[in-house]
Amino acid sequence: MAESANAGHGGEGETRRDFLYLAAGAMGLVGAGTVAWPLIDSLNPSADVLALATTEVDVGQIQEGQAITVTWRGKPVFIRHRTAAEIEEAEGVPMADLMDPEPDEARVIRPEYLVMVGICTHLGCVPLGQRAGDPKGEYGGWFCPCHGSHYDTSGRIRRGPAPRNLDVPEYEFRDDTTIVIG
Amino acid sequence: MSGLKTNNRAIKWLDNRLPIFSTMNHHLVDYPAPRNLNYMWNFGSLAGIVLVIMIITGILLAMQYTPHVDHAFDSVERIMRDVNYGWLIRYIHMNGASFFFIVVYLHMLRGLYYGSYKAPREVLWGLGVIILLLMMATAFMGYVLPWGQMSFWGATVITNLFSAIPWGIGDALVTWLWGGFSVDNPTLNRFFALHYLLPFLIVGVVFLHLWALHRFGSNNPLGIDAKGPQDKIPFHPYYTIKDMFGLGVFLIAFAAFVFYAPNYMGHEDNYIEANPLVTPAHIVPEWYFLPFYAMLRAITFDISIPFTGIVLIDAKLGGVLVMFGSILILFLLPWLDSSPVRSARFRPLYKQFFWLLVVASVVLGYVGAMPPEQPWVTIGQIATAYYFAHFLIVLPLLGKLERPKPLPASISEPVLKGGGQPQGAAATHKPMEKA
Repeated sequence: MAESANAGHGGEGETRRDFLYLAAGAMGLVGAGTVAWPLIDSLNPSADVLALATTEVDVGQIQEGQAITVTWRGKPVFIRHRTAAEIEEAEGVPMADLMDPEPDEARVIRPEYLVMVGICTHLGCVPLGQRAGDPKGEYGGWFCPCHGSHYDTSGRIRRGPAPRNLDVPEYEFRDDTTIVIG
Repeated sequence: MSGLKTNNRAIKWLDNRLPIFSTMNHHLVDYPAPRNLNYMWNFGSLAGIVLVIMIITGILLAMQYTPHVDHAFDSVERIMRDVNYGWLIRYIHMNGASFFFIVVYLHMLRGLYYGSYKAPREVLWGLGVIILLLMMATAFMGYVLPWGQMSFWGATVITNLFSAIPWGIGDALVTWLWGGFSVDNPTLNRFFALHYLLPFLIVGVVFLHLWALHRFGSNNPLGIDAKGPQDKIPFHPYYTIKDMFGLGVFLIAFAAFVFYAPNYMGHEDNYIEANPLVTPAHIVPEWYFLPFYAMLRAITFDISIPFTGIVLIDAKLGGVLVMFGSILILFLLPWLDSSPVRSARFRPLYKQFFWLLVVASVVLGYVGAMPPEQPWVTIGQIATAYYFAHFLIVLPLLGKLERPKPLPASISEPVLKGGGQPQGAAATHKPMEKA
């Protein structure tokens, strides 16, 4: 019975059927996509998560040479109030010595405050160097204990497996001593 | 109409080692179905599709939900306000529960009307009743999760049903169900875990249900067995297309509720956070439990109830037994109905009693939504009495008293003679005459 369905169909009939298949299939695909998108999108950050996407920090409390760690989007952000010596050292490094060449000016808004995402660009550990007693690595910046990446006083990778400098988040100074990250 | 046909070597290779394609072909493509199935046979596949919709939306909701008494209500509100399309997913899940019951109740009524539960399909029917019980448990526990007033008090009332069990067992059992001395955080946590688990058990029983179905194939509106291949047509394309059309109609109705009346079948009190110190003035379960709720409340007196004979039982236990009995009695239906004729088309008296049962169930649903006052109590008692009498008295007697109409010789006979019995739509024509 079913086999006889195709008997007697000329080229014209098949073309029409092909068109119907294609049109119906395309319509079905659009429909399926329309249904799938809300389901997939529900897993994206929700409005309440996005609402917490900026963090305000008073950096006026940080003494020179001190550093603090704040949380922004669930990640640690390092803010170091650098000493004049540290700034000088960071600015003085020749580009040829860097694994990921980037001048210090490009990484700060005001040279005394270095703001970076405190996550090693290798595999996501949090480097040491924020507290007074921490090892700061061979370049006086940060040292990641997981796989031995050394960062300098500008947070640039100098030695070890990390591929990039520590990321600088988007931030701005709202006034002299307040920064808004994100 | 026989076997998997493909030239794809990869499919052949895999199918030889794991015959997944030929099994699917056997059960979904070539599968011979009676040629006279009408649109009442759509609800089985629809129920399966709704089950999938419920599982997909449920998993996504579980990813956003917090099963803790302090956070559950707020996490649901967060889903409604903050999660991308969370409102849509929750409304689909909420209304999906109602539509699941609509579809399954129609599926059951189809089985009752056309005698689909009779030999050799008794196990198929029994598996369906198990699915219904699992669905009810799942729906009840799901309703508790938003932790609104109706969630909390519904959970309190329903779990307290078990306290009706005498000899001190009941109270201990309820404490065990709660994991404490009232419905509280441990209760919410276990309900969440079970609400996630049970749907997958339903999927398992659905496969058994299909296995049993495909042993003898679908019943049909005439209720007679197929006499040969001329009485059957392949499932694909005839019933796949018919099911797809039915799905389209279903989705229009479903979408109308999801988008235009998402809370119509809900209760506004469930948008008030649960408060263990204040009971809402009028507790009602979701609509699909109302007939059973009415039967629970119909037993307001301490006497024997019909099917336990002479034993005296107090009203509380009696109500609980009647409510559970109203579903458990369905397991016995294939043996209570003594008529060898399946379809109500050929049973003039049964047809009338069938509709009386439908009316009694609708009345019970209405009574369940009313406060427990007169005249609703008496009406509920009459309807409850009919519900049980239908199964325990009418059906056993009817097989002996009723004179059925003559059955057609075969499924195709009324078609080929023309002007026979009214038939299901597409499948009745000789399928490919025009081609």
